[in-house]
Amino acid sequence: MFSMEIDWVNFTPFASLLGGVILGLASVLMLILFGRIMGISGIVGTALERPKNDTLWRLVFIAGLISSAVIFAPFVDIARTVPIETNIWLIVLAGLLVGYGTRLGSGCTSGHGICGISRLSVRSLVATGVFMVAGIVTVAIMQFVF
Amino acid sequence: MKQNHHYLYKFLLGLMFGLGLIISGMIYPAKVIGFLNIFGVWDPSLAFVMFGGITVYTVLHFLHIKKVDTLLGYTKSLPLKTHLDKRLIIGAILFGIGWGLAGYCPGPALVSFGTLGFEAVVFVLAMIGGMTLFKLTSK
Repeated sequence: MFSMEIDWVNFTPFASLLGGVILGLASVLMLILFGRIMGISGIVGTALERPKNDTLWRLVFIAGLISSAVIFAPFVDIARTVPIETNIWLIVLAGLLVGYGTRLGSGCTSGHGICGISRLSVRSLVATGVFMVAGIVTVAIMQFVF
Repeated sequence: MKQNHHYLYKFLLGLMFGLGLIISGMIYPAKVIGFLNIFGVWDPSLAFVMFGGITVYTVLHFLHIKKVDTLLGYTKSLPLKTHLDKRLIIGAILFGIGWGLAGYCPGPALVSFGTLGFEAVVFVLAMIGGMTLFKLTSK
């Protein structure tokens, strides 16, 4: 039967709340300063389409994101950035699904999960609920079936 | 069209978003899987990430909601769609499956890409492949 068991050892409410506040601030600054949605899949996907005069800022933003692990290296536990899943073909499949799915569904955890829900978008609320349930089911299948 | 693109600000916003992903623990796939693992031993930490992010965004967005132009003088460019469609739902399902398999969503994958970890690099290349596939097939 289903009974909830909490992982107290790995529970980090304060760090996660602080990180969330930083994410919310960065995301709302993107809106207040530039009038854009802080959606990572949208920024990367649109940059790949190379719109004229509108590609470079996306690449600069992505460069900042990629640099963060190096610049804030003291806060990063490198060993833990590796997936639990070691089958490289499953990683490839996961990457393909994330890339294709976020473009088809117009967003990911940032654009739908933070910005969209905060802007009271029904589409984002539904998308977030759906991708969370899909993630939960996938993790359950990987854990209990395989 | 503004001539000054404020590239430094854009870089710093990317850096700041990366810092948030690092501090929150979202860059660690095992932590993401632990959050999605509600039928096993559940780590609720990432609910605090969402709560913090949504609260800050909601409040500051509300204070700015009626302004047409931004503080830097740009015109807002926001999503206009309001109806639910198949693409949204199917896209979210595919994304959720990929997220649950690897524990990476796009932001954390790019941050980990910066550490040049093998799996993160492979994941990001596959993700770009998936986005390209979408672009090629959606015309």
